[in-house]
Amino acid sequence: MTETENNKILEVKNLSTYFYTDDGVVKAVDDVSFDLKKGETLGIVGETGCGKSVTALSILRLIPQPLGRIVAGEIIFEGRDLLKLGQKDLQNLRGNKISMIFQDPMTSLNPVYTVGNQVMESLIVHRKLKKDEARREGLKLLEMVGIPEFKRRFNNYPHEFSGGMRQRVMIAMAIANSPSILIADEPTTALDVTVQAQILELMDELKYKTNSSIIIITHDLGVVAKYANRVMVMYAGKPVEFSSVDNIFYKPAHPYTIGLMKSVTRLDEEKRGKLKPIEGLPPSLIDLPKFCIFRARCKYACDECKGEYPPLKEIEKDHFVSCYRGKEFMEGIIERFDN
Amino acid sequence: MENNKLLEVKNLKKYFNLRSGFLFQKFTGSVKAVDDISFFIKRGETFGLVGETGCGKTTVAKVILRLVPQTSGEATYNGVNLFKLNSKEMFKIRREIQVIFQDPYASLSPRMTVGDIINEPFEIHKIGDKRKRIKKVKELLRVVGLNPEHIHRYPHEFSGGQRQRVGVARALALTPKLLLCDEPVSALDVSVQAQILNLLTDLQKEFNLTYLFIAHDLSVVKHVSDRIGVMYLGKMVEVAKSEDLYKTPLHPYTMGLLSAIPIPDPELERKRKRIVLEGDVPSPINPPSGCSFHTRCPNAQDICSMEEPELRDYSKNGNEHLAACFFAGKPIV
Ligand SMILES: Nc1ncnc2c1ncn2[C@@H]1O[C@H](COP(=O)(O)OP(=O)(O)OP(=O)(O)O)[C@@H](O)[C@H]1O
Ligand SMILES: Nc1ncnc2c1ncn2[C@@H]1O[C@H](COP(=O)(O)OP(=O)(O)OP(=O)(O)O)[C@@H](O)[C@H]1O
Ligand code: SF4
Ligand SMILES: [Mg+2]
Ligand SMILES: [Mg+2]
Repeated sequence: MTETENNKILEVKNLSTYFYTDDGVVKAVDDVSFDLKKGETLGIVGETGCGKSVTALSILRLIPQPLGRIVAGEIIFEGRDLLKLGQKDLQNLRGNKISMIFQDPMTSLNPVYTVGNQVMESLIVHRKLKKDEARREGLKLLEMVGIPEFKRRFNNYPHEFSGGMRQRVMIAMAIANSPSILIADEPTTALDVTVQAQILELMDELKYKTNSSIIIITHDLGVVAKYANRVMVMYAGKPVEFSSVDNIFYKPAHPYTIGLMKSVTRLDEEKRGKLKPIEGLPPSLIDLPKFCIFRARCKYACDECKGEYPPLKEIEKDHFVSCYRGKEFMEGIIERFDN
Repeated sequence: MENNKLLEVKNLKKYFNLRSGFLFQKFTGSVKAVDDISFFIKRGETFGLVGETGCGKTTVAKVILRLVPQTSGEATYNGVNLFKLNSKEMFKIRREIQVIFQDPYASLSPRMTVGDIINEPFEIHKIGDKRKRIKKVKELLRVVGLNPEHIHRYPHEFSGGQRQRVGVARALALTPKLLLCDEPVSALDVSVQAQILNLLTDLQKEFNLTYLFIAHDLSVVKHVSDRIGVMYLGKMVEVAKSEDLYKTPLHPYTMGLLSAIPIPDPELERKRKRIVLEGDVPSPINPPSGCSFHTRCPNAQDICSMEEPELRDYSKNGNEHLAACFFAGKPIV
């Protein structure tokens, strides 16, 4: 692995996306930087409302208008800044080189067109296929994502499909044009556990087959542990820790990540007395403190933490943490999983 | 031994009839939401009920509470068959059986203050005077870890986790013995989930409560439950002590379910072999013949589509371990 730089397929630099609401400016995403490597799966985790979806939507410039605006940053993909693209180039990019799967497939499929029609449409628009070619290709895709009796089901409407099958259709459409990046925002949250496993396996398999990269947003730390190579942990609109999946799970160095790991229930654990939740609530995104955003809930807060917001710092190779005491966790001066 | 059981459900069935037509409704079939289910809960224990969407978990709770009428079967609470009670008797017993619902957003009335919400059970059951009630409500807020000063606030002024605490406080108002918790943490973030789960375990110890804990998340259910029942398409397919269920699952559906849940431990996940069940859960309107799992079962043989396996005890260590499978315990390869 020497081609470190060229290895990056996407680079997000200092991205800030705000919502200008009546109550004030919601800093949904505030100075977020990360990169995505070729062939990797990047997991984004964090509490509800911490900015995961807005980060993903910013990449495709799908921020809800008129309240939302990308106020700063660069998103470099194939040598170009996506934030500077014109509408036409942008259309070309979406669903083509970068595509997205959402949590609820029913809202992203059009109820009045057959499933087959929608799959074909995407192929006709982006790959300029003729109708019969698109049909052949569409059938192939539905078979590939495992729709049973795909020939007959091609002419069904979305409501005639189960949730799991609809999500398969979404995946079929998302991969139709062999994108290099697939962004999946809670792709399986609405599905049953056994179907969830099918969908995640399918996505993983397709990633290897097409040598693409995945950004997966999820609440489920199990899913992250199984599928992600690297993980970005977000808190109140900012990344607080970013590293390999092993570092995040075994050597977390931000108190929020540590708290998250301690509060999760594990299937393989003996019934234990108590979980160790993080007490308190995240701050309002309208009124963020100047100092560390986690300080109010942090049991490791010290005098130094009263200073300004600690920027992400590389405390060991490829392990970024925004905490004054990150190094102390690393060096074992503070025991992470003590009590 | 018998009165060791606080709740016993026997051969419970709930079919919802489907009708079509506007004026002259025709019977067009039925949803077998709960189809001949039996289980019991011992005093002071937590019985977990898991299974995927639509398998009938909520319906079980609703029938026990008599929010919907049963089709057949019985539910015995403290030696009394709930289905034989008249509405006055049921009203009295309902003080002892309370419920917490999934959605802390939808289950609290937005126009009532949390004080009014928690006070409502006292009103309904005409308990205490105004002063005593206020005192009790504040005490309940404290018990569930909320600030008693917030008695005049409205639900929207609280976070999801705090709202769920309000729901718990309300359920505790009449000092119940049995608490039916239907997906009490499913809508919450991991760390908030942990807060509520801890609260429920603390309260259980403090007030000697018995829980029916319904959820689709097996890791959560396993964390809180002493015994677990696994449902599939309206039927109970396996019942065992939590540890036994996890370590030696007997039903192929349970095996698939356990295997489908990734463990938050990357190294372990890399080594773990996975059974991925194929297909979707079939419709409960037209459930498959024989064993209702046979359409997805990797172990299915001819007999499985023709005959229905009964729930039998396969215990090896003396703890009851029930499974409904002709090939119970056969590993999936
Ligand atoms: N259209 C909008 N108008 C105003 N604020 C918004 C809008 N969309 C999102 N926000 C705010 O931006 C913040 C980040 O939202 P986002 O949807 O990215 O959260 P998330 O991390 O994806 O949460 P979840 O896990 O619940 O999906 C939230 O606090 C939210 O209230
Ligand atoms: N009032 C009703 N009329 C007709 N069918 C119903 C009714 N209530 C529930 N059902 C059906 O009964 C079955 C069981 O539903 P139930 O709500 O008990 O499932 P559940 O296990 O709680 O699912 P979930 O995990 O989604 O909450 C479902 O197929 C459902 O559609
Ligand atoms: S009875 Fe047959 S179909 Fe049903 S679970 Fe057992 S092996 Fe599978
Ligand atoms: Mg989101
Ligand atoms: Mg339910």
